[in-house]
Amino acid sequence: MFVAIMLTLVTVGSILFHFFSPWWWTEVASNWGNIDDTIILTFWVTGSVFVAICLFSAYCVWKFRYQKNRRADYEPENPKLEWWLTILTALGVAALLAPGLVVWNQYVTVPKDAYEIEVMAQQWYFSYRLPGEDNKLGTSDIMNITDDNPFGINPNDPNGQDDVLIDGDDIHLLIDRPTKVLLRSIDVLHNFYVPQFRAKMDMVPGSVTYYWFTPTRTGYFEILCAEYCGTGHYAMRGWVSVDEQEDYQAWLQEQETFEEMMARNNDNKEIEIVAK
Amino acid sequence: MVPDNLDEAVNKSNSVPDLEVKPQDLYHANSFITRWIFCQDAKVIGIQYSLTAIAIGLVAMVLSWMMRLQLGFPETFSFLGPAEYYQFVTMHGMIMVIYLLTALFLGGFGNFLIPLMVGARDMVFPYVNMISFWIYFLAVLILVASFFVPGGPTGAGWTLYPPQAITQGTPGSGWGIVLMLISLSVFVVGFTMGGLNYVITILQARTRGMTLMRMPLTVWGIFTATVLALFAFPALIVSCIMMTLDSLLGTSFFMPTMVELGEKLEYGGGSPILFQHLFWFFGHPEVYIVALPAFGIVSDLISVHARKNIFGYRMMVWAIVFIGALSFIVWAHHMYVSGMNPWFGFFFATTTLIIAVPTAIKVYNWVLTLWRGNIRLTLPMLFALAFIVTFVNGGITGLFLGNVIVDVPLSDTYFVVAHFHMVMGIAPVLVVFGAIYHWFPLITGRYLHEGMGQFHFWVSFLGSYAIYFPMHYLGFIGVPRRYYEMYNSEFIPTSAEGLNQFITIAALTVGFAQIVFLYNIIVSSKFGKLAGKNPWQACSLEWQTPDVPPGHGNFGKELPVVYRWAYDFSVPGAKEDFIPQNVAPNEVPEAKAEQT
Repeated sequence: MFVAIMLTLVTVGSILFHFFSPWWWTEVASNWGNIDDTIILTFWVTGSVFVAICLFSAYCVWKFRYQKNRRADYEPENPKLEWWLTILTALGVAALLAPGLVVWNQYVTVPKDAYEIEVMAQQWYFSYRLPGEDNKLGTSDIMNITDDNPFGINPNDPNGQDDVLIDGDDIHLLIDRPTKVLLRSIDVLHNFYVPQFRAKMDMVPGSVTYYWFTPTRTGYFEILCAEYCGTGHYAMRGWVSVDEQEDYQAWLQEQETFEEMMARNNDNKEIEIVAK
Repeated sequence: MVPDNLDEAVNKSNSVPDLEVKPQDLYHANSFITRWIFCQDAKVIGIQYSLTAIAIGLVAMVLSWMMRLQLGFPETFSFLGPAEYYQFVTMHGMIMVIYLLTALFLGGFGNFLIPLMVGARDMVFPYVNMISFWIYFLAVLILVASFFVPGGPTGAGWTLYPPQAITQGTPGSGWGIVLMLISLSVFVVGFTMGGLNYVITILQARTRGMTLMRMPLTVWGIFTATVLALFAFPALIVSCIMMTLDSLLGTSFFMPTMVELGEKLEYGGGSPILFQHLFWFFGHPEVYIVALPAFGIVSDLISVHARKNIFGYRMMVWAIVFIGALSFIVWAHHMYVSGMNPWFGFFFATTTLIIAVPTAIKVYNWVLTLWRGNIRLTLPMLFALAFIVTFVNGGITGLFLGNVIVDVPLSDTYFVVAHFHMVMGIAPVLVVFGAIYHWFPLITGRYLHEGMGQFHFWVSFLGSYAIYFPMHYLGFIGVPRRYYEMYNSEFIPTSAEGLNQFITIAALTVGFAQIVFLYNIIVSSKFGKLAGKNPWQACSLEWQTPDVPPGHGNFGKELPVVYRWAYDFSVPGAKEDFIPQNVAPNEVPEAKAEQT
């Protein structure tokens, strides 16, 4: 009796915890609210299976508890029942998988008009590059990285000259604009993850990965590295600000382009030489 | 279905096939060293494996306490810096998965149970078996040595992803990681020797009448898991060797052109994702290498203690085999957000969710075995019930993470940590406990103490559930795993701190219960209540030996002959509610058994 009650309590306790605990996901700030919907669907389907199995076990433990004079049933198998359960389970699994794959298809299909930005990761911070007025990011290579050119942008690529560089500051995004983040790492694996956007993808040295989303809510959100990257992993954070058009433009005006940065570096060198 | 002509059927199944191989004499140890240290008796080797695994497992448990102290009470313990924290996380994970669970299920239970359950006198290659253990022991020593080298053990996370595993930003990237890679390679060598032994013994050394479809599910689970391991571990050993070369000789198997803390390195052209494919080609079957023996063992525990045959035996066998086969084509579900080609997601999500079907069948059949049983709530049964609850819980969260799009927000959060601990930590460990309570009377001739056992059970079950069930919800919030400290992130409600403290306290409490369990094992092996022969009234062969504990050669003068499956419980007409496998039909003419 005690065991059956405890099994029931664990089940009921789990349900109550689910509905009454204060811990749940953040308010979504991107177009990926349908990911939340797939999670809810999975919750209902799998949760009811969990409850059914636990309560069934609790019932059996109570109802068929040991009695000296009773014999257990003798039933090696029941193919009909087993096949029914198999088919029902397969249907349940298909009901989870099909909508999941539909949403995944959206996730991997980037809209043609998506605005491309680059996030570059290294131990242990993020920096960002916007394509500038030509809407094209210049090519880059780890071999080009120098103190003057921390992004490793190809200095001979005309597309790269007007690229806007944000090094050591927050990134701003325009609300309601589909954005494709190109992810690049120059040392180890990292991951660009904003809980409110729901999306994430690893950043792999040697290749460029990506995902896309549309920010749907203005605000100031924390960026976290979500792939273990060494001792400073936990401190690898950043901030993203989702702005309305006006604020975004004001912010954008203040940022430096690659060309401007190189010029400034040269000025600094001249100043150093003069000072010497 | 009772055959029309019962007598004929009885006579037919009474006929014993001739011996295919003449009985062979065993190696007889005649000194203390050959009997207890360099021993060739699989039972002793099994116990050696188990004790070594449990000893190193205790280290992993203490490491987990350290981690939980940091997570529950950050900025309180000065000896816990980020480097130490990551080293503890890494070593805890690796020890639990490889050096404890794999070694305990296959090396420990496999060695002890396989020859006894299939009716053999020993493993087919006892000498290789002995070497296998000592190589495993060496692997453990190398692993432990890494705690004492300059820089300490590796802190690369148990997945050891390059490039960080061998670059300077990670603790233990010099000595620590190399010792880890060598230890793993040595482990694989030792395991391969043992694994071939288990497989060949099961295929070649079964006693007369022990057809494959009469084997207890424990043997089926261990057998399939061993086959998986023999296919999967080569991927691990090659990736270990390749990474060792990257680290020591500067090759670039996994290393692209990259910078290390501002310095350009000599590496170039390697692929970090290639390592992940190799690692998970091993790593996913590894989940089932741990789970399948647990599935098998728990089936037997439920059946014996519910006094009822396991429901749907044939379906259970095929489910084990099917799960084992499928486990080789689902590995990339660990890599949905790794940056591999996103189109792989469609394939791997589909294969992964298909695995849920045979797994669900196993769960149904366990609970249907309880239905109209005559359930003895012994300690093994309690652990089996707790296994069902935790395994179903951990299994359904697998349906979240296996479904590629649902994995995107949850990947690399505490949801994953909670999921895999529930499904391949707590659930198999509960089976290990149940199995120890179940077979302890066979190993020592004595029961474990019931009161301490009840305490151990309730604290372990409820405590570990209290640790991992709420932890999923940290993952829903988006709290990332492998964070030494969260600081006061705005997106996390401050109440989560309280939850983290609660989890830490629960973890320490569960840990304390394990100390009680160890005490119980030590005291009961000497002073426990005497159990006598076949105390649980089980049908399988290991309980039918002439001596308890079984002696050298297991079965006395003559090997048993098997006439039926291992589940003839509560057969209508039979006097007792169990008929052991070696009882001939003409000894129980009144029993109306359907399945032989």
